[in-house]
Amino acid sequence: MNTPASGHSALSVRRDFEAIAAWVKPGSAVLDLGCGDGQLLRFLKEARGARGYGIEIADENVLACVKNGVNVIQSDLERGLAGFDADSFDYVILSQTLQAVRHTEEIVLEMLRVGREAIVSFPNFGRWDLRIQVARGKMPVSEELPYEWYNTPNVHLFTIADFDAFCVGHGIRVIERAVFHGGRTVRAFANFFGSVAVYRIQMRR
Amino acid sequence: MAPKDSPASRSVGAVKPQTMKFTDPLKFKSGAVLDSYDLVYETYGALNAARSNAVLVCHALNAAHHVAGWYADDPGNVGWWDNMIGPGKPVDTDKFFVIGVNNVGGCFGSTGPKSIDPKTGMPYGSSFPVVTVDDWVNAQVRLADRLGIDSFAAVMGGSLGAMQALQWTVSYPERIRNSIVIAAAPKLSAQNIAFNEVARQAITTDPDFHGGDYYQHGVVPRRGLRLARMIGHITYLSDDAMMEKFGRSLRTGTISFHFDVDFEIESYLRYQGDKFSEYFDANTYLLITRALDYFDPAAAHGNDLSRALHAAKARFLVVSFTSDWRFSPARSREIVKALLDNRLDVSYAEIDAPHGHDAFLLDDPRYHALVRAYFDNIGAAS
Repeated sequence: MNTPASGHSALSVRRDFEAIAAWVKPGSAVLDLGCGDGQLLRFLKEARGARGYGIEIADENVLACVKNGVNVIQSDLERGLAGFDADSFDYVILSQTLQAVRHTEEIVLEMLRVGREAIVSFPNFGRWDLRIQVARGKMPVSEELPYEWYNTPNVHLFTIADFDAFCVGHGIRVIERAVFHGGRTVRAFANFFGSVAVYRIQMRR
Repeated sequence: MAPKDSPASRSVGAVKPQTMKFTDPLKFKSGAVLDSYDLVYETYGALNAARSNAVLVCHALNAAHHVAGWYADDPGNVGWWDNMIGPGKPVDTDKFFVIGVNNVGGCFGSTGPKSIDPKTGMPYGSSFPVVTVDDWVNAQVRLADRLGIDSFAAVMGGSLGAMQALQWTVSYPERIRNSIVIAAAPKLSAQNIAFNEVARQAITTDPDFHGGDYYQHGVVPRRGLRLARMIGHITYLSDDAMMEKFGRSLRTGTISFHFDVDFEIESYLRYQGDKFSEYFDANTYLLITRALDYFDPAAAHGNDLSRALHAAKARFLVVSFTSDWRFSPARSREIVKALLDNRLDVSYAEIDAPHGHDAFLLDDPRYHALVRAYFDNIGAAS
């Protein structure tokens, strides 16, 4: 599982982090799935005093987290969060990773079981310039989706409209949503102009 | 288990064991009391002025205080964790003051069953108190007192040594800042205890055991100790590692239709057993396997490990090895879960290593890089 540090512009990652940090209440307990080298957790620790843990499968990322002084648990999140109790975290975060996991549906539901809330960010496949590339008969490549079709780690590409429908279909309440392009907030026609979306969600109960 | 390629420049060099004498009685969990006792220990590196850079290394079943370096009069006797501890090594003795100690009940110089009981003038033998991990930690903290160490930068160990590192965090939460728990379990499984029981039965049914007071008879239960070691050794290696190392290789290239050594693995186990029975005390083996069996910090807390670790304040590094079937990664994850439940700082790595339980002693680059990175972030200051 790779987080997108290398695959996304620093600016949009930064906006992504800032949006997440703005939502995370100070001092809360955070679980970051596919935490990469731990930079988001480090940011949340410094900016919000969050008590965070990351989940990572890759040896080099586990090592990077330890070097960064970030708590990391080596585990394959594709196997679910069986070791974690329900509602044991304030937030479970999946930053720029949902498009790269295989068991997408199960993971979102697991996040909402373990976390009182979940925060998900993802690249929006519905942005207009990507649509044009598809209309021209080519798989799209962009700053947020920098891979060619043959080397992409992304296996489930989806749009903001797709994710909205997913939430409705699974009884998930969207508490807040932020959409960005090039470091700026996109307010209207988000699915057309936005390149990165961040959602704060919870299970309807 | 010393690395043959370890350059001398990266070793702590020639070391000398020291003895600390204690005359304040040590009360054991069982209720038994030792009025006085010795602990043998070694130190590497220098204690800083703030006395804040001390690291305690706890040993497992068959090791002791000789953790790193060698002895001037016995240069082949390299410490059991020499690949981990030394100048520029993952636990860097240029930065940390590292202590190895032989636990009470041991057979390498600290007071144990083969020591003379001052009350009788005879070896303690069967009368030596049954020790627990808690007792060891209580003895270790007294050594720390005498060395002027209020708080350890880290306490670390593998296997049974890791259990001590874990026990420290609940017995003396104010005196340990980091706990390095490698290839551990929060308590033994029935299968783990079963292996220990077979090993103990091998010893106690040896005609030379004499109820534990074999010293007076001028014998040692060598056959039993040898068997115990052979059984133990099987549990330290993975099936794959054993197959890769020995396979079904035959000593003479052909089966011989007898019950002596045919297979290389038989030869290896016999050699390990023979070697071990030359230097290890059978009563110490009984005591240490029992300490393993009895280790269960959750027992006093309604079998709730999370509650048991509630008192802990340390930061943790927990490491397991994928091929370890003695204390599998699932056992380490139990510890991690309890630490998470208490919102303690913990990092957990599952090292993909083929060697089984013994992997914690081996020089795996991912494993060592991780321990190194963790120790690099440990501030010497409290």
